[in-house]
Amino acid sequence: MKHIVKILSILVAVAAMWIGLLHISIVPKSQTWLLPLYLIISLACYGLLMVGVGLMRFPTCPQEAVLLQQDVVEAKDFLRQKGVDIGSD
Amino acid sequence: MAEKQEREKSKFSIIVPTYNERLNIALVVYLIFKHLRDIDFEIIVVDDGSPDGTQEIVKQLQQVYGDDRIILAARPKKLGLGTAYAHGLKHASGNFIVIMDADLSHHPKYLPSFIKKQMETGASIVTGTRYVSGGGVHGWNLMRKLTSRGANVLAHTILWPGVSDLTGSFRLYRKSVVEDLIRSCVSKGYVFQMEMIVRASRKGHHIEEVPITFVDRVYGSSKLGGSEIVEYLKGLVYLLFTT
Ligand SMILES: Nc1nc2c(ncn2[C@@H]2O[C@H](COP(=O)(O)OP(=O)(O)OP(=O)(O)O)[C@@H](O)[C@H]2O)c(=O)[nH]1
Ligand SMILES: [Mg+2]
Repeated sequence: MKHIVKILSILVAVAAMWIGLLHISIVPKSQTWLLPLYLIISLACYGLLMVGVGLMRFPTCPQEAVLLQQDVVEAKDFLRQKGVDIGSD
Repeated sequence: MAEKQEREKSKFSIIVPTYNERLNIALVVYLIFKHLRDIDFEIIVVDDGSPDGTQEIVKQLQQVYGDDRIILAARPKKLGLGTAYAHGLKHASGNFIVIMDADLSHHPKYLPSFIKKQMETGASIVTGTRYVSGGGVHGWNLMRKLTSRGANVLAHTILWPGVSDLTGSFRLYRKSVVEDLIRSCVSKGYVFQMEMIVRASRKGHHIEEVPITFVDRVYGSSKLGGSEIVEYLKGLVYLLFTT
């Protein structure tokens, strides 16, 4: 099943529930009309929250840059010794 | 036991595409040999006629390490990354394929953990991820981080890919799997990496992740450019409808 079909089925299911709610009206109609709007807003909030949290916890590794520099020096020494033309820095 | 046999006869073909990576390729080759001591492997450099003389250096490296360990698979001109992998694959004699960048953002010290993970789990794909503990990124400004997070959240919400790092390209594949995947992938640039892993996940391949750190390139310059964000969004929609 193509992924878009999965997502569309979920949307259809949600829409069906909503129409159901509109009909049996346990919640006041005015509220039910606004439900899709709430849904979209909460989805957007969820997205922004995830981006924010991800940004705050973004894993960084400054020590790796230092280690890499050491590896580069070591590699250059070896390669120069072997006569590989890596140029002078 | 089949597993044990696989371990004994495993050979890893490491495909490294290069375009103007004269210095970097030498450093990467040294580091690969340093970190893969008791392992049967070969390095396949796919160079697209780099004007900076990358191929000269590769030939010198062949003198040092042997031309059975380093294979130069050159192409006459810059033909792009996706086809570079396919080209390298034609020269590969291993039963496992590793794909990594030459620019040192993929550090060869992680290769043993890819191999170990594959052996422990029997996975068909082991993919490096920057976004778990033990992983990380260095050298990105706030804007770059923001775009990356946004892209990731968007992709996860609409694609449910089952892996945490979609656009990373440091990966180990079973050869038969990567051959099959490459045939079915048509995207370019970052989207290509995403398409590979999403299709793999949809086909039900066993995918494992290992943490890697990613230090933004120190030498040389970036070759991917232009309207990357637009391409990425188009890629998401494409994958939404075709996978
Ligand atoms: N053979 C070949 N290699 C390429 C081509 N374009 C890029 N590469 C190589 O593919 C790897 C990844 O390219 P990069 O330029 O580092 O792309 P990137 O990591 O998105 O960009 P940076 O942020 O600059 O690191 C490097 O090893 C490049 O040398 C190409 O057209 N042909
Ligand atoms: Mg790079």
